[in-house]
Amino acid sequence: MTALLELEDVEARYGPVHVLHGISLAVEEGSIVTVLGPNGAGKTTTLRAISGTVRRSGSIRFGGNALKRLGPDGVARLGIAHVPEGRGTFSELTVWENLRLGGYTRRGSIRPELERVFSYFPFLSERRRQQAGTLSGGEQQMLALARAFVLRPRLLLLDEPSLGLAPVLVAELFRIVRELNEKEGLTVLVVEQNAHLALQAADAGYVLEAGHVVLSGSSEELRADDSVRRSYLGY
Amino acid sequence: MVSAATSRLEGVRGGSIDPGTVTVVLFLLGGAVFLLIGCLRSTTFAQLTIEGLAIGSVYGSLALALVLVYRATHVINFAQGELAMFTTYIAWDLMQHGLSYWPAFAATLAIAFALGTVLQVTLIRPVQHRSVIAVVIVTVGLFILIDGVVNWIWGGDFKLMKSPFGLGSFDVGGVPIRHLYVGMMVVVFVSVVLVWALFRFTKLGLGMRAAALRPDAAALVGVRVDSMLAIGWGLAAVLGAVAGLMAEPTQLFLTPVLMQQILVYAFAAAVLGGLESPAGALVGGLTIGVSLNLIVGYVPEKYVGSNLQLPLAFAVLLVILLVKPSGLFGRREVRRV
Repeated sequence: MTALLELEDVEARYGPVHVLHGISLAVEEGSIVTVLGPNGAGKTTTLRAISGTVRRSGSIRFGGNALKRLGPDGVARLGIAHVPEGRGTFSELTVWENLRLGGYTRRGSIRPELERVFSYFPFLSERRRQQAGTLSGGEQQMLALARAFVLRPRLLLLDEPSLGLAPVLVAELFRIVRELNEKEGLTVLVVEQNAHLALQAADAGYVLEAGHVVLSGSSEELRADDSVRRSYLGY
Repeated sequence: MVSAATSRLEGVRGGSIDPGTVTVVLFLLGGAVFLLIGCLRSTTFAQLTIEGLAIGSVYGSLALALVLVYRATHVINFAQGELAMFTTYIAWDLMQHGLSYWPAFAATLAIAFALGTVLQVTLIRPVQHRSVIAVVIVTVGLFILIDGVVNWIWGGDFKLMKSPFGLGSFDVGGVPIRHLYVGMMVVVFVSVVLVWALFRFTKLGLGMRAAALRPDAAALVGVRVDSMLAIGWGLAAVLGAVAGLMAEPTQLFLTPVLMQQILVYAFAAAVLGGLESPAGALVGGLTIGVSLNLIVGYVPEKYVGSNLQLPLAFAVLLVILLVKPSGLFGRREVRRV
Protein backbone atom coordinates (compact mmCIF):
# COMPACT_ATOMS: atom_id res chain seq x y z
CA MET A 1 0.00 0.00 0.00
CA THR A 2 1.38 3.40 -0.91
CA ALA A 3 0.99 6.20 1.57
CA LEU A 4 -1.37 9.14 1.07
CA LEU A 5 1.33 11.57 2.11
CA GLU A 6 5.04 10.99 1.69
CA LEU A 7 7.84 13.31 2.71
CA GLU A 8 11.33 12.47 1.56
CA ASP A 9 14.37 14.35 2.69
CA VAL A 10 12.44 17.56 3.26
CA GLU A 11 14.40 20.60 4.36
CA ALA A 12 13.07 23.97 5.42
CA ARG A 13 14.53 27.22 6.66
CA TYR A 14 13.38 30.58 7.96
CA GLY A 15 15.90 32.96 6.43
CA PRO A 16 19.31 31.81 7.67
CA VAL A 17 17.84 29.46 10.28
CA HIS A 18 17.84 25.87 9.09
CA VAL A 19 14.95 24.10 10.84
CA LEU A 20 14.36 20.82 9.01
CA HIS A 21 17.41 18.76 8.05
CA GLY A 22 15.92 16.15 5.76
CA ILE A 23 12.70 14.81 7.24
CA SER A 24 11.17 11.65 5.80
CA LEU A 25 7.79 10.41 6.91
CA ALA A 26 4.69 8.71 5.53
CA VAL A 27 1.01 8.87 6.41
CA GLU A 28 -1.20 5.97 5.33
CA GLU A 29 -4.71 6.72 4.12
CA GLY A 30 -7.24 6.47 6.96
CA SER A 31 -4.68 6.60 9.75
CA ILE A 32 -3.83 9.05 12.50
CA VAL A 33 -0.15 9.85 12.71
CA THR A 34 1.42 12.00 15.38
CA VAL A 35 4.64 13.99 15.43
CA LEU A 36 6.28 14.33 18.84
CA GLY A 37 9.35 16.18 19.96
CA PRO A 38 10.66 18.97 22.17
CA ASN A 39 10.15 22.66 21.47
CA GLY A 40 12.08 23.82 18.42
CA ALA A 41 12.44 20.33 16.97
CA GLY A 42 10.63 21.39 13.80
CA LYS A 43 7.19 19.86 14.38
CA THR A 44 5.23 22.93 13.37
CA THR A 45 7.60 23.58 10.49
CA THR A 46 6.97 20.07 9.18
CA LEU A 47 3.27 20.88 8.90
CA ARG A 48 4.06 24.26 7.39
CA ALA A 49 6.32 22.61 4.81
CA ILE A 50 3.41 20.40 3.76
CA SER A 51 0.89 23.25 3.50
CA GLY A 52 3.39 25.48 1.73
CA THR A 53 3.60 28.29 4.28
CA VAL A 54 7.36 27.97 4.54
CA ARG A 55 10.03 27.58 1.85
CA ARG A 56 10.94 23.93 1.51
CA SER A 57 13.01 21.57 -0.60
CA GLY A 58 12.97 17.82 -1.00
CA SER A 59 10.05 15.72 -2.14
CA ILE A 60 6.52 16.02 -0.76
CA ARG A 61 3.99 13.79 -2.51
CA PHE A 62 0.29 13.76 -1.76
CA GLY A 63 -1.90 11.14 -3.46
CA GLY A 64 0.47 11.10 -6.43
CA ASN A 65 0.82 14.91 -6.72
CA ALA A 66 4.03 16.74 -5.98
CA LEU A 67 3.28 19.63 -3.60
CA LYS A 68 6.60 21.35 -4.00
CA ARG A 69 5.53 24.10 -6.35
CA LEU A 70 2.17 24.84 -4.71
CA GLY A 71 1.40 27.73 -2.39
CA PRO A 72 -0.93 27.33 0.60
CA ASP A 73 -4.11 27.98 -1.41
CA GLY A 74 -3.10 25.37 -4.00
CA VAL A 75 -2.41 22.80 -1.28
CA ALA A 76 -5.80 23.53 0.29
CA ARG A 77 -7.42 22.99 -3.10
CA LEU A 78 -5.95 19.47 -3.21
CA GLY A 79 -7.88 18.64 -0.04
CA ILE A 80 -5.37 19.27 2.73
CA ALA A 81 -6.81 21.22 5.65
CA HIS A 82 -4.30 22.82 8.00
CA VAL A 83 -5.43 23.94 11.45
CA PRO A 84 -2.43 26.05 12.47
CA GLU A 85 -1.13 26.69 15.95
CA GLY A 86 -3.30 29.44 17.39
CA ARG A 87 -6.23 27.95 15.43
CA GLY A 88 -6.46 30.37 12.52
CA THR A 89 -10.06 31.26 13.25
CA PHE A 90 -11.27 34.62 12.01
CA SER A 91 -12.34 36.18 15.29
CA GLU A 92 -14.02 39.16 13.60
CA LEU A 93 -16.25 36.93 11.46
CA THR A 94 -19.24 34.94 12.64
CA VAL A 95 -19.15 31.22 13.35
CA TRP A 96 -21.15 30.60 10.19
CA GLU A 97 -18.77 32.69 8.06
CA ASN A 98 -15.81 30.79 9.50
CA LEU A 99 -17.42 27.49 8.54
CA ARG A 100 -18.32 28.88 5.12
CA LEU A 101 -14.64 29.74 4.63
CA GLY A 102 -13.73 26.17 5.47
CA GLY A 103 -15.64 25.09 2.38
CA TYR A 104 -14.26 27.93 0.30
CA THR A 105 -12.67 25.69 -2.31
CA ARG A 106 -15.73 23.46 -2.68
CA ARG A 107 -18.08 24.16 -5.55
CA GLY A 108 -21.83 24.24 -5.11
CA SER A 109 -23.81 24.19 -1.88
CA ILE A 110 -22.03 23.26 1.33
CA ARG A 111 -25.29 22.85 3.27
CA PRO A 112 -24.96 19.04 3.50
CA GLU A 113 -21.38 19.42 4.75
CA LEU A 114 -22.48 21.93 7.35
CA GLU A 115 -25.28 19.66 8.56
CA ARG A 116 -22.77 16.85 8.91
CA VAL A 117 -20.36 19.11 10.80
CA PHE A 118 -23.14 20.28 13.11
CA SER A 119 -23.88 16.65 13.96
CA TYR A 120 -20.37 16.39 15.43
CA PHE A 121 -20.32 19.89 16.90
CA PRO A 122 -23.94 20.66 17.87
CA PHE A 123 -23.06 23.81 19.86
CA LEU A 124 -21.82 25.50 16.67
CA SER A 125 -25.28 25.32 15.15
CA GLU A 126 -26.76 27.35 18.00
CA ARG A 127 -23.94 29.84 17.86
CA ARG A 128 -23.76 30.30 14.12
CA ARG A 129 -24.51 34.03 14.23
CA GLN A 130 -22.05 34.75 17.02
CA GLN A 131 -18.71 36.43 16.40
CA ALA A 132 -16.03 33.74 16.56
CA GLY A 133 -13.81 35.90 18.78
CA THR A 134 -16.39 35.72 21.55
CA LEU A 135 -16.19 31.93 21.82
CA SER A 136 -14.08 30.42 24.58
CA GLY A 137 -10.67 29.00 23.72
CA GLY A 138 -11.99 25.44 23.66
CA GLU A 139 -14.96 26.41 21.50
CA GLN A 140 -12.63 28.20 19.10
CA GLN A 141 -10.47 25.09 18.80
CA MET A 142 -13.61 23.05 18.06
CA LEU A 143 -14.60 25.67 15.49
CA ALA A 144 -11.18 25.44 13.87
CA LEU A 145 -11.54 21.67 13.66
CA ALA A 146 -15.09 21.94 12.35
CA ARG A 147 -14.02 24.52 9.77
CA ALA A 148 -11.26 22.25 8.53
CA PHE A 149 -13.73 19.40 8.30
CA VAL A 150 -16.20 21.36 6.11
CA LEU A 151 -13.62 20.99 3.35
CA ARG A 152 -14.07 17.21 3.64
CA PRO A 153 -10.29 17.05 3.58
CA ARG A 154 -8.36 14.01 2.46
CA LEU A 155 -5.75 14.97 5.01
CA LEU A 156 -6.08 17.05 8.18
CA LEU A 157 -3.00 18.75 9.60
CA LEU A 158 -3.51 19.60 13.29
CA ASP A 159 -0.96 21.74 15.09
CA GLU A 160 -0.94 21.60 18.90
CA PRO A 161 -4.71 21.32 19.31
CA SER A 162 -4.35 21.01 23.09
CA LEU A 163 -2.50 24.31 23.50
CA GLY A 164 -4.11 26.41 26.22
CA LEU A 165 -7.10 24.11 26.70
CA ALA A 166 -8.39 22.51 29.87
CA PRO A 167 -7.58 18.76 30.05
CA VAL A 168 -11.25 17.77 29.79
CA LEU A 169 -11.58 19.75 26.55
CA VAL A 170 -8.40 18.23 25.16
CA ALA A 171 -9.77 14.75 25.79
CA GLU A 172 -13.05 15.74 24.13
CA LEU A 173 -11.16 17.14 21.15
CA PHE A 174 -9.16 13.95 20.64
CA ARG A 175 -12.32 11.89 21.05
CA ILE A 176 -13.91 13.83 18.16
CA VAL A 177 -10.78 13.49 16.00
CA ARG A 178 -10.80 9.74 16.63
CA GLU A 179 -14.52 9.60 15.81
CA LEU A 180 -14.03 11.50 12.55
CA ASN A 181 -11.23 9.10 11.72
CA GLU A 182 -13.28 5.99 12.39
CA LYS A 183 -16.62 7.09 10.94
CA GLU A 184 -15.50 9.29 8.06
CA GLY A 185 -12.14 7.78 7.27
CA LEU A 186 -10.37 11.08 7.92
CA THR A 187 -6.59 10.91 7.69
CA VAL A 188 -4.85 13.03 10.31
CA LEU A 189 -1.31 14.24 10.91
CA VAL A 190 -1.19 15.79 14.37
CA VAL A 191 1.60 17.63 16.15
CA GLU A 192 1.16 17.43 19.89
CA GLN A 193 2.94 18.25 23.14
CA ASN A 194 0.72 15.92 25.10
CA ALA A 195 2.42 12.71 23.97
CA HIS A 196 0.28 10.56 26.21
CA LEU A 197 -2.99 11.58 24.55
CA ALA A 198 -1.47 11.77 21.07
CA LEU A 199 -0.12 8.19 21.24
CA GLN A 200 -3.46 6.98 22.56
CA ALA A 201 -5.30 8.44 19.57
CA ALA A 202 -2.69 7.78 16.90
CA ASP A 203 -1.85 4.62 14.95
CA ALA A 204 1.76 5.61 14.39
CA GLY A 205 4.19 8.33 15.37
CA TYR A 206 7.44 10.07 14.60
CA VAL A 207 9.78 11.68 17.09
CA LEU A 208 11.64 14.75 15.88
CA GLU A 209 14.72 16.23 17.47
CA ALA A 210 16.58 19.23 16.11
CA GLY A 211 15.14 18.84 12.65
CA HIS A 212 15.78 15.10 12.29
CA VAL A 213 13.50 12.10 12.67
CA VAL A 214 15.14 10.21 15.54
CA LEU A 215 12.52 7.54 16.03
CA SER A 216 9.42 6.21 14.34
CA GLY A 217 7.03 3.34 14.68
CA SER A 218 3.53 2.29 15.64
CA SER A 219 2.00 3.86 18.73
CA GLU A 220 2.54 0.66 20.75
CA GLU A 221 6.20 0.53 19.79
CA LEU A 222 6.71 4.18 20.72
CA ARG A 223 4.86 3.78 24.01
CA ALA A 224 7.12 0.85 24.83
CA ASP A 225 10.29 2.71 23.91
CA ASP A 226 12.38 3.70 26.91
CA SER A 227 13.55 7.05 25.61
CA VAL A 228 10.01 8.08 24.60
CA ARG A 229 8.73 7.01 27.99
CA ARG A 230 11.32 9.02 29.84
CA SER A 231 11.23 12.14 27.64
CA TYR A 232 7.60 12.45 26.67
CA LEU A 233 5.45 10.23 28.83
CA GLY A 234 7.24 10.92 32.07
CA TYR A 235 7.40 7.55 33.75
CA MET B 1 -7.67 44.98 31.92
CA VAL B 2 -9.47 41.69 32.41
CA SER B 3 -12.72 43.31 33.53
CA ALA B 4 -12.66 45.68 30.55
CA ALA B 5 -12.28 42.72 28.24
CA THR B 6 -15.12 40.84 29.89
CA SER B 7 -17.53 43.75 29.80
CA ARG B 8 -16.79 44.15 26.10
CA LEU B 9 -17.50 40.50 25.52
CA GLU B 10 -20.77 40.80 27.37
CA GLY B 11 -21.63 43.71 25.12
CA VAL B 12 -21.42 41.36 22.18
CA ARG B 13 -23.00 38.40 23.88
CA GLY B 14 -25.72 39.76 26.10
CA GLY B 15 -26.80 42.75 24.05
CA SER B 16 -25.80 45.42 26.60
CA ILE B 17 -24.26 48.28 24.66
CA ASP B 18 -20.86 49.80 25.11
CA PRO B 19 -20.90 53.47 26.28
CA GLY B 20 -18.70 54.68 23.41
CA THR B 21 -21.26 53.49 20.89
CA VAL B 22 -24.04 55.22 22.81
CA THR B 23 -22.14 58.52 22.72
CA VAL B 24 -21.55 58.24 18.98
CA VAL B 25 -25.16 57.32 18.25
CA LEU B 26 -26.46 60.17 20.45
CA PHE B 27 -24.06 62.57 18.74
CA LEU B 28 -25.28 61.52 15.30
CA LEU B 29 -28.94 61.57 16.36
CA GLY B 30 -28.47 65.04 17.83
CA GLY B 31 -26.92 66.20 14.56
CA ALA B 32 -29.81 64.73 12.56
CA VAL B 33 -32.42 66.40 14.79
CA PHE B 34 -30.56 69.73 14.51
CA LEU B 35 -30.53 69.44 10.70
CA LEU B 36 -34.19 68.46 10.57
CA ILE B 37 -35.34 71.41 12.72
CA GLY B 38 -33.11 73.75 10.74
CA CYS B 39 -34.51 72.51 7.44
CA LEU B 40 -38.10 72.98 8.61
CA ARG B 41 -37.46 76.54 9.77
CA SER B 42 -35.35 77.94 6.96
CA THR B 43 -35.28 77.40 3.21
CA THR B 44 -31.66 78.49 2.96
CA PHE B 45 -30.67 76.07 5.69
CA ALA B 46 -32.52 73.25 3.93
CA GLN B 47 -30.80 74.00 0.63
CA LEU B 48 -27.37 74.17 2.23
CA THR B 49 -28.05 70.89 4.02
CA ILE B 50 -29.15 69.04 0.89
CA GLU B 51 -26.21 70.41 -1.06
CA GLY B 52 -23.90 69.41 1.78
CA LEU B 53 -25.34 65.90 1.91
CA ALA B 54 -24.91 65.49 -1.85
CA ILE B 55 -21.29 66.64 -1.79
CA GLY B 56 -20.79 64.65 1.40
CA SER B 57 -21.94 61.48 -0.35
CA VAL B 58 -19.15 62.06 -2.89
CA TYR B 59 -16.66 62.44 -0.03
CA GLY B 60 -18.13 59.32 1.54
CA SER B 61 -17.78 57.31 -1.65
CA LEU B 62 -14.11 58.24 -2.05
CA ALA B 63 -13.55 57.70 1.68
CA LEU B 64 -15.04 54.24 1.32
CA ALA B 65 -12.56 53.52 -1.48
CA LEU B 66 -9.75 54.58 0.87
CA VAL B 67 -11.13 52.35 3.62
CA LEU B 68 -11.36 49.31 1.31
CA VAL B 69 -7.71 49.65 0.36
CA TYR B 70 -6.70 50.43 3.94
CA ARG B 71 -8.42 47.34 5.30
CA ALA B 72 -6.77 45.11 2.72
CA THR B 73 -3.26 46.57 2.67
CA HIS B 74 -3.09 48.83 5.76
CA VAL B 75 -1.99 51.67 3.56
CA ILE B 76 -3.68 54.90 2.48
CA ASN B 77 -3.82 55.03 -1.30
CA PHE B 78 -2.78 58.61 -1.96
CA ALA B 79 -3.53 58.12 -5.66
CA GLN B 80 -7.20 57.23 -5.05
CA GLY B 81 -8.40 60.74 -5.94
CA GLU B 82 -6.25 61.04 -9.05
CA LEU B 83 -7.41 57.61 -10.15
CA ALA B 84 -10.99 58.87 -9.82
CA MET B 85 -10.10 61.98 -11.85
CA PHE B 86 -8.47 59.81 -14.52
CA THR B 87 -11.58 57.65 -14.88
CA THR B 88 -13.74 60.78 -15.10
CA TYR B 89 -11.62 61.87 -18.08
CA ILE B 90 -12.19 58.43 -19.60
CA ALA B 91 -15.95 58.97 -19.25
CA TRP B 92 -15.59 62.40 -20.87
CA ASP B 93 -13.61 60.85 -23.73
CA LEU B 94 -16.20 58.10 -24.23
CA MET B 95 -18.91 60.76 -24.47
CA GLN B 96 -16.80 62.67 -27.01
CA HIS B 97 -16.88 59.47 -29.05
CA GLY B 98 -20.66 59.54 -29.11
CA LEU B 99 -21.71 57.49 -26.09
CA SER B 100 -24.54 58.98 -24.08
CA TYR B 101 -24.11 59.58 -20.36
CA TRP B 102 -25.23 56.37 -18.68
CA PRO B 103 -23.62 53.88 -21.08
CA ALA B 104 -20.41 55.89 -20.72
CA PHE B 105 -20.90 55.79 -16.93
CA ALA B 106 -21.23 51.99 -16.94
CA ALA B 107 -18.27 51.52 -19.28
CA THR B 108 -16.17 53.81 -17.09
CA LEU B 109 -16.90 51.75 -14.00
CA ALA B 110 -15.82 48.60 -15.84
CA ILE B 111 -12.62 50.30 -17.01
CA ALA B 112 -12.00 51.60 -13.48
CA PHE B 113 -12.27 48.08 -12.09
CA ALA B 114 -9.77 46.75 -14.63
CA LEU B 115 -7.45 49.70 -14.00
CA GLY B 116 -7.50 49.27 -10.22
CA THR B 117 -6.81 45.56 -10.52
CA VAL B 118 -3.96 46.00 -12.98
CA LEU B 119 -2.34 48.74 -10.88
CA GLN B 120 -2.42 46.52 -7.80
CA VAL B 121 -0.86 43.61 -9.67
CA THR B 122 1.83 45.61 -11.49
CA LEU B 123 2.79 48.31 -8.99
CA ILE B 124 1.64 47.39 -5.50
CA ARG B 125 2.14 43.62 -5.37
CA PRO B 126 5.89 43.74 -6.02
CA VAL B 127 6.50 46.05 -3.03
CA GLN B 128 3.68 44.90 -0.77
CA HIS B 129 5.75 42.54 1.34
CA ARG B 130 8.61 44.99 1.78
CA SER B 131 7.14 47.65 4.04
CA VAL B 132 4.20 49.97 4.50
CA ILE B 133 6.31 52.97 3.61
CA ALA B 134 7.32 51.39 0.29
CA VAL B 135 3.66 51.01 -0.70
CA VAL B 136 2.91 54.58 0.41
CA ILE B 137 5.75 55.87 -1.74
CA VAL B 138 4.42 53.93 -4.72
CA THR B 139 0.95 55.43 -4.28
CA VAL B 140 2.42 58.93 -4.05
CA GLY B 141 4.38 58.21 -7.23
CA LEU B 142 1.18 56.94 -8.82
CA PHE B 143 -0.50 60.25 -7.90
CA ILE B 144 2.14 62.18 -9.84
CA LEU B 145 2.19 59.66 -12.69
CA ILE B 146 -1.57 59.81 -13.26
CA ASP B 147 -1.50 63.59 -13.13
CA GLY B 148 1.19 63.59 -15.80
CA VAL B 149 -0.58 61.03 -17.96
CA VAL B 150 -3.87 62.97 -17.89
CA ASN B 151 -2.13 66.22 -18.83
CA TRP B 152 -0.27 64.40 -21.56
CA ILE B 153 -3.34 62.70 -23.09
CA TRP B 154 -6.02 65.34 -22.63
CA GLY B 155 -4.13 68.53 -21.79
CA GLY B 156 -4.75 70.80 -18.80
CA ASP B 157 -7.42 72.97 -20.42
CA PHE B 158 -11.03 73.01 -19.24
CA LYS B 159 -13.36 70.34 -20.59
CA LEU B 160 -17.13 70.69 -20.65
CA MET B 161 -19.02 67.59 -19.65
CA LYS B 162 -22.72 66.86 -20.03
CA SER B 163 -24.68 66.97 -16.81
CA PRO B 164 -26.39 63.67 -16.07
CA PHE B 165 -29.35 65.16 -14.23
CA GLY B 166 -29.99 68.43 -16.08
CA LEU B 167 -30.48 71.79 -14.43
CA GLY B 168 -34.02 71.34 -13.13
CA SER B 169 -35.11 71.15 -9.53
CA PHE B 170 -37.80 69.59 -7.41
CA ASP B 171 -40.04 71.65 -5.18
CA VAL B 172 -40.33 70.08 -1.75
CA GLY B 173 -42.58 72.16 0.50
CA GLY B 174 -41.39 75.41 -1.05
CA VAL B 175 -37.71 74.41 -0.96
CA PRO B 176 -36.17 74.05 -4.41
CA ILE B 177 -33.88 71.02 -4.52
CA ARG B 178 -31.75 70.50 -7.61
CA HIS B 179 -32.18 67.22 -9.48
CA LEU B 180 -28.42 66.99 -9.47
CA TYR B 181 -28.16 66.72 -5.69
CA VAL B 182 -30.82 64.06 -5.43
CA GLY B 183 -29.22 62.18 -8.34
CA MET B 184 -25.76 62.31 -6.71
CA MET B 185 -27.10 60.88 -3.48
CA VAL B 186 -29.05 58.13 -5.22
CA VAL B 187 -26.14 57.03 -7.42
CA VAL B 188 -23.69 56.95 -4.51
CA PHE B 189 -26.20 55.18 -2.30
CA VAL B 190 -26.90 52.49 -4.91
CA SER B 191 -23.19 51.87 -5.59
CA VAL B 192 -22.40 51.63 -1.90
CA VAL B 193 -25.25 49.22 -1.25
CA LEU B 194 -24.10 47.02 -4.15
CA VAL B 195 -20.52 46.93 -2.88
CA TRP B 196 -21.74 46.25 0.66
CA ALA B 197 -23.95 43.39 -0.55
CA LEU B 198 -21.04 41.92 -2.47
CA PHE B 199 -18.93 41.87 0.69
CA ARG B 200 -21.71 40.73 2.96
CA PHE B 201 -23.55 38.09 0.96
CA THR B 202 -21.25 36.54 -1.63
CA LYS B 203 -18.53 33.93 -1.34
CA LEU B 204 -16.15 36.28 -3.15
CA GLY B 205 -16.91 38.98 -0.56
CA LEU B 206 -16.28 36.56 2.29
CA GLY B 207 -12.96 35.56 0.73
CA MET B 208 -12.01 39.22 0.39
CA ARG B 209 -12.86 39.94 4.02
CA ALA B 210 -10.90 36.88 5.15
CA ALA B 211 -7.91 37.87 3.02
CA ALA B 212 -7.94 41.37 4.50
CA LEU B 213 -8.33 40.19 8.11
CA ARG B 214 -5.83 37.33 8.19
CA PRO B 215 -4.05 36.67 4.90
CA ASP B 216 -2.12 33.68 6.25
CA ALA B 217 -5.17 31.90 7.62
CA ALA B 218 -7.18 32.77 4.51
CA ALA B 219 -4.58 31.11 2.28
CA LEU B 220 -4.76 27.96 4.41
CA VAL B 221 -8.47 27.54 3.60
CA GLY B 222 -7.74 28.01 -0.09
CA VAL B 223 -8.47 31.72 -0.61
CA ARG B 224 -6.27 33.20 -3.34
CA VAL B 225 -5.15 36.12 -1.24
CA ASP B 226 -3.30 38.00 -3.99
CA SER B 227 -6.31 37.90 -6.31
CA MET B 228 -8.56 39.10 -3.50
CA LEU B 229 -6.34 42.12 -2.86
CA ALA B 230 -6.32 42.94 -6.58
CA ILE B 231 -10.12 42.72 -6.74
CA GLY B 232 -10.27 44.95 -3.65
CA TRP B 233 -8.26 47.60 -5.48
CA GLY B 234 -10.57 47.21 -8.47
CA LEU B 235 -13.66 47.80 -6.33
CA ALA B 236 -12.02 50.79 -4.65
CA ALA B 237 -11.31 52.24 -8.10
CA VAL B 238 -14.98 51.72 -9.04
CA LEU B 239 -16.15 53.62 -5.96
CA GLY B 240 -13.60 56.31 -6.76
CA ALA B 241 -14.93 56.54 -10.32
CA VAL B 242 -18.45 56.99 -8.96
CA ALA B 243 -17.13 59.77 -6.71
CA GLY B 244 -15.33 61.44 -9.62
CA LEU B 245 -18.31 61.24 -11.97
CA MET B 246 -20.65 62.59 -9.32
CA ALA B 247 -18.25 65.33 -8.26
CA GLU B 248 -17.72 66.62 -11.79
CA PRO B 249 -21.19 68.23 -12.24
CA THR B 250 -20.64 70.30 -9.07
CA GLN B 251 -17.70 71.97 -10.85
CA LEU B 252 -18.00 74.28 -13.83
CA PHE B 253 -15.44 72.38 -15.88
CA LEU B 254 -13.52 69.14 -15.82
CA THR B 255 -9.88 69.82 -14.96
CA PRO B 256 -7.03 67.62 -13.73
CA VAL B 257 -7.37 69.07 -10.21
CA LEU B 258 -10.96 67.81 -9.93
CA MET B 259 -10.33 65.44 -7.01
CA GLN B 260 -7.40 67.03 -5.20
CA GLN B 261 -9.45 68.95 -2.63
CA ILE B 262 -12.06 66.22 -2.47
CA LEU B 263 -9.34 63.72 -1.56
CA VAL B 264 -8.50 65.80 1.53
CA TYR B 265 -12.18 65.82 2.56
CA ALA B 266 -12.32 62.08 1.95
CA PHE B 267 -9.24 61.58 4.17
CA ALA B 268 -10.94 63.58 6.89
CA ALA B 269 -14.14 61.55 6.39
CA ALA B 270 -12.32 58.22 6.51
CA VAL B 271 -10.39 59.19 9.65
CA LEU B 272 -13.54 60.56 11.28
CA GLY B 273 -15.22 57.23 10.60
CA GLY B 274 -12.32 55.28 12.05
CA LEU B 275 -10.40 54.25 8.88
CA GLU B 276 -11.40 50.60 9.24
CA SER B 277 -15.14 51.12 9.11
CA PRO B 278 -17.03 51.31 5.80
CA ALA B 279 -20.14 52.70 7.51
CA GLY B 280 -17.94 55.17 9.34
CA ALA B 281 -16.49 56.42 6.05
CA LEU B 282 -19.97 57.18 4.72
CA VAL B 283 -21.20 58.83 7.91
CA GLY B 284 -17.92 60.73 8.04
CA GLY B 285 -18.35 61.92 4.46
CA LEU B 286 -21.90 63.13 5.04
CA THR B 287 -20.94 64.80 8.33
CA ILE B 288 -18.05 66.66 6.78
CA GLY B 289 -20.03 67.61 3.66
CA VAL B 290 -22.94 69.05 5.63
CA SER B 291 -20.98 70.79 8.38
CA LEU B 292 -18.53 72.47 5.99
CA ASN B 293 -21.35 73.61 3.75
CA LEU B 294 -23.30 75.06 6.67
CA ILE B 295 -20.23 76.75 8.14
CA VAL B 296 -19.32 78.34 4.83
CA GLY B 297 -22.96 79.29 4.23
CA TYR B 298 -23.58 80.94 7.58
CA VAL B 299 -20.32 82.22 9.01
CA PRO B 300 -19.57 85.64 7.47
CA GLU B 301 -17.03 85.62 4.67
CA LYS B 302 -14.47 87.60 6.68
CA TYR B 303 -14.18 84.78 9.26
CA VAL B 304 -14.46 81.61 7.21
CA GLY B 305 -14.54 82.23 3.49
CA SER B 306 -14.96 79.34 1.09
CA ASN B 307 -11.18 79.51 0.77
CA LEU B 308 -10.90 78.31 4.33
CA GLN B 309 -12.90 75.14 3.73
CA LEU B 310 -9.78 73.11 3.04
CA PRO B 311 -7.88 74.25 6.16
CA LEU B 312 -11.03 73.41 8.12
CA ALA B 313 -10.89 69.85 6.79
CA PHE B 314 -7.27 69.65 7.92
CA ALA B 315 -8.32 70.96 11.32
CA VAL B 316 -10.93 68.20 11.56
CA LEU B 317 -8.26 65.63 10.65
CA LEU B 318 -5.88 66.99 13.25
CA VAL B 319 -8.48 67.14 16.03
CA ILE B 320 -9.67 63.58 15.42
CA LEU B 321 -6.14 62.21 15.31
CA LEU B 322 -5.29 64.00 18.55
CA VAL B 323 -8.51 63.44 20.50
CA LYS B 324 -9.95 60.15 19.26
CA PRO B 325 -7.64 58.38 16.81
CA SER B 326 -10.03 55.44 16.47
CA GLY B 327 -12.68 57.78 15.06
CA LEU B 328 -16.43 57.47 15.51
CA PHE B 329 -16.70 53.83 14.44
CA GLY B 330 -13.17 52.66 15.23
CA ARG B 331 -13.04 48.92 15.65
CA ARG B 332 -12.38 47.54 19.07
CA GLU B 333 -10.68 44.22 18.84
CA VAL B 334 -12.62 41.40 20.42
CA ARG B 335 -10.16 38.61 20.83
CA ARG B 336 -9.60 35.83 23.28
CA VAL B 337 -6.22 34.25 23.49
